[in-house]
Amino acid sequence: MWIIVLFFAAGILLGRRLHAHPLLIRLADQLAMASILLLLFVLGLSVGLHREALAHFGTLGLQAATLTLGAVIGSVVAVQLLSLSMRRRQ
Amino acid sequence: MRSSLIILVCFAAGILTGQLAPLPSSLALDHYTVYLLCALLLFVGISVGGDGHFWQTIRQRDNLRLALLPLLVVIGTLAGVAAASLLLPTLTLRDALAVGAGFGYYSLSSVLLTQARGETLGVVALLANLMREIATLVLAPLLVRFFGKLAPIACGGATAMDSTLPIIVRFSGKEYSIVALFSGIVLTVAVPFLIFIILTV
Repeated sequence: MWIIVLFFAAGILLGRRLHAHPLLIRLADQLAMASILLLLFVLGLSVGLHREALAHFGTLGLQAATLTLGAVIGSVVAVQLLSLSMRRRQ
Repeated sequence: MRSSLIILVCFAAGILTGQLAPLPSSLALDHYTVYLLCALLLFVGISVGGDGHFWQTIRQRDNLRLALLPLLVVIGTLAGVAAASLLLPTLTLRDALAVGAGFGYYSLSSVLLTQARGETLGVVALLANLMREIATLVLAPLLVRFFGKLAPIACGGATAMDSTLPIIVRFSGKEYSIVALFSGIVLTVAVPFLIFIILTV
């Protein structure tokens, strides 16, 4: 997986170089969208092919909702601490 | 919002095709998708790095305490999903943290986790991070009222730079748009790195 992350870092640096060519940047943006759509189609395809995964869709949704609740509460509370400390200084 | 719909339609079309088309269920797709994933991250990197706002926003050091914001979102999110994973015995702590490290960036985190941990976790990442974006859009006014103007930015995570930015500006105020952009950009860039660190360390 490290190679995937390497491609990302390389992309950011390359993007900085290509900064003066907005057309190329836009092209990269559109290619990114196209590959995301293709990859999500493939993800859907493998879910559809494995009936087992599809049968568990409800359970996965419940897991996802629980994680989302944790993420939302955790991040809001953590940032709340920042706002409180800023207010105290003012 | 329109692109979110297109993304979901593609995912649903994949499921339908898998259900209806006479394809072998052993079809090994992940063999080829890794190349596409590398290309995707290269393209996302170019589009982030080629955006003038990106370097401009990253260099802003005039308010160090606000630079703490994305860091606190990371800490809060990971602590929150770790706590939530206690309720989910079938999910390991590592997998829960990896899903949380999507920070609402559902398209990228789901394809990354599909590649790294299989389609089950990919689907959980897709749903959980999509729910985070939707929760931000729906709850923004309540979050501002009860938790202050930074709360929807925290809730939005990586999406605070694009899909949830309009709603944040509307309810937190225009003066928070730079803060939201900064936090969203930092978290967007952090997604692949943090997922990688969580899954390998």
